[in-house]
Amino acid sequence: MDNFTPVSALAGGALIGLASVWLLAANGRIAGVSGILHGLFAQPPGDRLWRAAFVAGLIVAGFAWHFLAGGFPSREIGLGWVAAAGLLVGFGTRLGGGCTSGHGVCGLGRFSLRSLAAVIVFMAAGMAATFVVRHLL
Amino acid sequence: MKNLSAFGAGLLFGIGLWLSGMANPQKVLDFLDVAGNWDPSLLLVMGGAVAVTAVAFRPLLKRQKMSFRKDIDVPLLAGAALFGIGWGIGGYCPGPALTALANLSTEVFVFVAAMVAGGLLARIWPSSGPGR
Repeated sequence: MDNFTPVSALAGGALIGLASVWLLAANGRIAGVSGILHGLFAQPPGDRLWRAAFVAGLIVAGFAWHFLAGGFPSREIGLGWVAAAGLLVGFGTRLGGGCTSGHGVCGLGRFSLRSLAAVIVFMAAGMAATFVVRHLL
Repeated sequence: MKNLSAFGAGLLFGIGLWLSGMANPQKVLDFLDVAGNWDPSLLLVMGGAVAVTAVAFRPLLKRQKMSFRKDIDVPLLAGAALFGIGWGIGGYCPGPALTALANLSTEVFVFVAAMVAGGLLARIWPSSGPGR
């Protein structure tokens, strides 16, 4: 556990929570990133702008972090694996109606049993998939 | 104003993702890899975030007329399982993938394009949601 970073994890988590509260208070929206993204491609045009603005904020945050603190080292992973992972994440979050933010941060914050069930399942599935990829393949 | 506040929320959310380590797929996989050199940090990311939403959401939701599904059905569980498998392979969930577009790396571009395509594919299934 030499890679354990409790302070930045808690502080970063709190910022994510604050951002979710902000979006709910100011926009009346749930900060579920998969829902916001999928809605960009599904909703009537009038509903797209705030979604695009949120996603733009996420991306600008990435550039700001690179500028101020530097990025993370890249890794060796085949693009076929990356594409498969992206497809599964996109399909699964749309089918299941949420991801780590919508079901996790926001759903658990509402004490939703439906979201808790989703969180338990995607955590378990993620651990199983990582075990297979890192230890069996 | 609504769009400006949505931009601000996205910006703060993104900074939280980078500060917490969620935007680093290697760190995410170290959390999911319970049989390896396990890194429990991400439990604290979720804990820190939920500590805030659990306190602040209740009064906000009382004021707003939002309805949420409560049923636990097959699409929810199947979708969560598929998402988890993809997360465990790539180390990216949707938020970190989007903010990591700033890496300007082929890996992230491919991931995000595939993620959007996966969402479009799933539109032929009945969608469910915690609210969006």
